Amino acid sequence: MTALPSWAERPSPAGRTAKGLLLTLIVVSVLFPIYMVVLTSLSPQEAVTKAGGLVTVPDGLSFGAYRELFAGGVATRSVLVSLGVTAVGTTISLTVTVLAAYGLSRPGSVLHRTLLFTVLLTFLFVPGLIPSYLVVSSLGLLDSYWALILPSAVWAFNLVVMRAFFMNIPKEVTDSARIDGASEFRILWRIVLPMSKGVTAVIGLFYAVGYWNAFFNAVLYLNDNAKWPLQLVLRQYVLQGQSLITGQASVSSIPGQALPPSLAIQMSIVVVALVPVLFIYPFVQKHFTKGVIIGAVKG
Amino acid sequence: MPENHATTDVAGDLSAPATPVTASADGAGASAAAGAGTDRPPLRARLRRDWPLLLMTLPAIGLLAVFYYVPIMGSVIAFQDYSPYVGIKESPWVGLANFQWLILDASFWDATLNTLGITTFQLFFYFPVPILLAILLDSVVRPRLRLFIQSVVYMPHFFSWVLVVTLFQQMFGGAGLISQILRDHGYEGLDLMTNPDTFLLLVTGETIWKDAGWGTIIFLAALAAIDQNLYEAAAVDGASRWKRLWHITLPGLRPVVILLLILRLGDALNVGFEQFFLQRDAVGRDAAEVLDTFVYWRTLLTGEWSYGAAAGLVKGVVGLILIVIANKVAHRFGEQGIYKKS
Repeated sequence: MTALPSWAERPSPAGRTAKGLLLTLIVVSVLFPIYMVVLTSLSPQEAVTKAGGLVTVPDGLSFGAYRELFAGGVATRSVLVSLGVTAVGTTISLTVTVLAAYGLSRPGSVLHRTLLFTVLLTFLFVPGLIPSYLVVSSLGLLDSYWALILPSAVWAFNLVVMRAFFMNIPKEVTDSARIDGASEFRILWRIVLPMSKGVTAVIGLFYAVGYWNAFFNAVLYLNDNAKWPLQLVLRQYVLQGQSLITGQASVSSIPGQALPPSLAIQMSIVVVALVPVLFIYPFVQKHFTKGVIIGAVKG
Repeated sequence: MPENHATTDVAGDLSAPATPVTASADGAGASAAAGAGTDRPPLRARLRRDWPLLLMTLPAIGLLAVFYYVPIMGSVIAFQDYSPYVGIKESPWVGLANFQWLILDASFWDATLNTLGITTFQLFFYFPVPILLAILLDSVVRPRLRLFIQSVVYMPHFFSWVLVVTLFQQMFGGAGLISQILRDHGYEGLDLMTNPDTFLLLVTGETIWKDAGWGTIIFLAALAAIDQNLYEAAAVDGASRWKRLWHITLPGLRPVVILLLILRLGDALNVGFEQFFLQRDAVGRDAAEVLDTFVYWRTLLTGEWSYGAAAGLVKGVVGLILIVIANKVAHRFGEQGIYKKS
């Protein structure tokens, strides 16, 4: 389908130009801010001063901002926290979701309807903020990294998407394995999962991005800013223009208040928040365009 | 071509039972059908057969029980004067007092009105954008170009709200690029990030930038499901490009549009927490306080637990009612909705 079908009239030159311009504008509006942020983070201080703000034309190259950012202290630590939470959280979430999706994929099994309903009810009613907070607090999870993982470890939506995918796998395939004496765990691991690589990758990405971007759980449950994940530090540095006190690094006249971070440093944090998403995305996005995420379409 | 094929599969599913809750009805149908043929084996035999499945489901159910069902039960503190020192058992019951306070609380109504205002505004100025964008993308015939544009417009969906707000600030804030350019040319700078009057435009712009691309997926699938022969037949009969759009494309999108409108209605009280949380201080409460941020600031930070639980419960129950109403409307329209009539 590279060409227009024969019955379609050729679009007019004006129409083609307008469409081209519009599409270019859309693509540029997404890519340009990213370009500008990356460029500013890589520019030497003089270039940023000369530009009077964000750098739009390359003018020298400097990794100074990144060196400073990763010199230790709160920002470095927050990157490690976010990486750790993302890795552990995604592993837990994906494991729990795959298991439950398979466990719920056979209508007619014991308690099938009840358990499914237990999952689906979460779509209809949202418990309030306060009761959730009280539960996390009474479990002693305040100021613990587990508070960033456990309360949102299962997304019912992802579970349902995965289950729908598993249910589409021909019954004959799993039935014959069962007759051969394979256990359910073995069938899941050896047959069902290898047939579901695409959907597993997509759900894994959803979880990973969710953990990497997680903001609100940290605002709610972490009071100690030494434990903050990257998104909170990003807000502090960039949206509020404040450095966090990082031990010896604070050289300020107001005690307890560090100097505002330079624009290049601010932008380098933005880039650090952006980069993992940009890196994983190409590997997974082909599954979007291939239409693996039936569930997303359904839901 | 393989890629096209897959999308068609997806779209094929669209006309079939949609969303989550239908799945249960499906399951029930299937099991009923199975039950009709053969008698169910006794529970013990089924348990011997199914225990691994139950074991697999257990971790997820456990997590939901602790972090979803326990908080729902904990909502009873809305009817108490709860104090963490004495706990739920010992805290005094106060009936509906918290709800009475809520009704008399002007800032609660302000937050509600803001929330509904934002929902309504976005219904007109955000909701159609993914549809139009999908039609535009669908008209790109060269596969590689189309893939590239799709990849680019899907991307911002995966950025955090902190990141999106940051990027907008760098573009439209007082020290942002637009202000920079204006000042360079002798004009005054422009700060959209702290202006309550343009806040609706700002949040809608942010939402469009972040999610309109991702939102096209469902419409692209629906477009791919439209029978191409209809277009050919219409073209042969002399229908113009616009006529075909009006009489074939838009009717083809109708079921999806109605489904999504209904979902949106059921979700009317949720406008997204983080986006408003992040910008509330800069823009001010009058414009940016929504129900979720109201609960956070008015109650969590002041320790008025019962009051916050009451506000949360009202929001949850109203949301539930809206979903039920929305589904009734869907069935009236002859659409599936999110769960089937039972």
